[in-house]
Amino acid sequence: MEPDAGRSMFDTDELVINMGPQHPATHGVLRVVLKLDGEKVVDADVVLGDLHRGVEKLTENRDWTQIVLLTDRLDYVASAAANLAYVETVEKLMSIEVPRRARYVRTILAELQRLASHLVWLGSHAMDIGAITVFLYCLRERELILDLFEEYCGARLTYNSMRIGGLPQDVPSGWLPKVLRYCDVQEEKLVEYETLLTQNRIWLQRTRGIGAITGEAAIAVGLCGPSLRGSGVPRDVRKDEPYAAYDEIPFDIAIGSNGDTYDRYLVRLEEMRQSIGIIRRAVEGLPEGPVMAKVPRLIKPPAGETYHANESPKGEIGFFIASDGRSTSPYRLRVRPPSFCNLQALPQLVRGHLVADVIAIIGTIDIVLGEVDR
Amino acid sequence: MIDLIVLPLIKIVFVLTGVLITVMYLVLLERKVQAWVQARLGPMRVGPHGVLQPIADVVKLFVKEDVTPARAEKWVFTAAPIIVLVPALIAFAVIPFGPEVNLFGRPVPLYITDLNVGLLYIVSVAAIGVYGIILGGWASNSKYPLLGSLRSSAQLISYELAVTLTFVSVILAAGSLSMVEIVEAQRNNGIWFAFVQPVALFIYFVGALAETNRNPFDLPEAESELVAGFHTEYSGMRFALFFLAEYTNMIVVSAVATTLFFGGWLRPFPNVEWLSFLGLVPPWIWFTLKTFALLYLFLWIRATLPRYRYDQLMQLGWKWLIPLAIANIIVTAAVKVVLGS
Repeated sequence: MEPDAGRSMFDTDELVINMGPQHPATHGVLRVVLKLDGEKVVDADVVLGDLHRGVEKLTENRDWTQIVLLTDRLDYVASAAANLAYVETVEKLMSIEVPRRARYVRTILAELQRLASHLVWLGSHAMDIGAITVFLYCLRERELILDLFEEYCGARLTYNSMRIGGLPQDVPSGWLPKVLRYCDVQEEKLVEYETLLTQNRIWLQRTRGIGAITGEAAIAVGLCGPSLRGSGVPRDVRKDEPYAAYDEIPFDIAIGSNGDTYDRYLVRLEEMRQSIGIIRRAVEGLPEGPVMAKVPRLIKPPAGETYHANESPKGEIGFFIASDGRSTSPYRLRVRPPSFCNLQALPQLVRGHLVADVIAIIGTIDIVLGEVDR
Repeated sequence: MIDLIVLPLIKIVFVLTGVLITVMYLVLLERKVQAWVQARLGPMRVGPHGVLQPIADVVKLFVKEDVTPARAEKWVFTAAPIIVLVPALIAFAVIPFGPEVNLFGRPVPLYITDLNVGLLYIVSVAAIGVYGIILGGWASNSKYPLLGSLRSSAQLISYELAVTLTFVSVILAAGSLSMVEIVEAQRNNGIWFAFVQPVALFIYFVGALAETNRNPFDLPEAESELVAGFHTEYSGMRFALFFLAEYTNMIVVSAVATTLFFGGWLRPFPNVEWLSFLGLVPPWIWFTLKTFALLYLFLWIRATLPRYRYDQLMQLGWKWLIPLAIANIIVTAAVKVVLGS
């Protein structure tokens, strides 16, 4: 009997499964089509667009100040970071000199936001790997940050906390001591998360060597932020192209060496410690003065285009804006979303790993779908 | 007549109701313990501090729509949860909750039956439950449940081996397969087997975690990976049966551990005279306390540890636990021969 061509008795089929868009561990509406050989991932295909709201197009019909509100909805766990990147881009285009006090407060807000975002990341990442308690501990501390933001700008998630030329208001009285108190609490609690994870054998086994990528490959695929620094590339926009008050505040860039999930975890934890340090120094050195520059009532940047990038908790968030100099809304606005660029690396990172690792890797690149799809 | 039929029936009813109520409240306990660990309150709405929550849960599960997927294998789909639950429940037949007591002037043993191969009975009954899981996953005709049930069967079979091997060393120490006699042997030796067989206890406990699909071995139902594992397609009361089975299994393994390693119904230090005031507490209370202490350990571990990956779990089972269990048997046997001669 002639055997089937290319098909032996023990041939197995590849199994194609859909992970998402309603999967509990894909952090929103990400859909990953996995090709499995047993439990091994042969290939992964990322399907995007379920959360597309046309933010970039919407901006063309809003005036420049209203767009701050839209940037809130990009990375909704770190909206202050997107606010900051956007208003700085417009300021750059209009050559507005922001008062020093405003730059310091912006730095404090951005770093608080980084802590909040990293807490959400750590919590959900740990929960995906099965450590539920860490998640609740992280959200407990994030709550304190949300309270601080609420006291500052009244909102807890979509802050709209920056204005072109400065800040909507000065910090409320008694706010800064609260920030410092929060820093003390957070420093203590970081140790608590670490006791649960850093030396935990299961955690090590689940994260070491998983989704490893070399520095060169990471640059080639366009990784940015902590995911890139985990591979040992000391690229940080805060240092390389300082904005806000980062040029006046000393801090270290945390880098990893192996570029695996565990290193990215360590990098982000170290970043949280650095953020606490930055906040403390910024509060200490906070200068007196106004928080708003002199800006025209009607914001109408001169014709031209510019690109400006910030270090958001997820990586390099950049805004490209083009203004025709006549209308009160941008001619074109384009967001360079870090989550989107980091997500590109996913198929490469998961290939050859097991299904369970896909979860760990989606967690480790720290994506927010609001920013990916825009 | 009374001894043969009426008494056992009464006991069966007592044990079944007791177990089911314990399961209901074990779920509440789990939610509460987890909440306390995680700086939350847990259920607080139904009754004071949520004590009536289990009843609300049961009512909810009963009135929920019971969906059978269109392309599921209907009979197998229906039978699977039952195949999982029944073995878990009938394992209680041989678990001794206490010694013989006098009730209404008649000696009544506080166990349903004392099989002379009780331990073997538990091992074999526990093995049946795996079929339910495989069948449930297969009959759902869906990919996630299928993956979940395959994982589950592989996991249960490998860890059952390790667990069964630890039984052998306990049997060597006790010289009997009967659950009652194993407890009696611990009284006669004056020491709990936990101290005689610490390695066996460790392997048993790890294996028990794996066999009941508990964290860190809760892969078959790893919610973040496989949605809900083998019972993804189940809803309503049929889902509740799987749920019930899982928690019943937890109680079974804790009760077996209590019997084999912690002296069953015996008070602590059964042979120390000056501690005899501990004997004032009825034996079945000691049994319950010990079982719950172990159950608490299950909950505690769940709140603390991340989850193993499938291949790591297999590695742990086959490369560490099973060789360790075999070595333990050899050492136990050797010591027994040396001491005996």
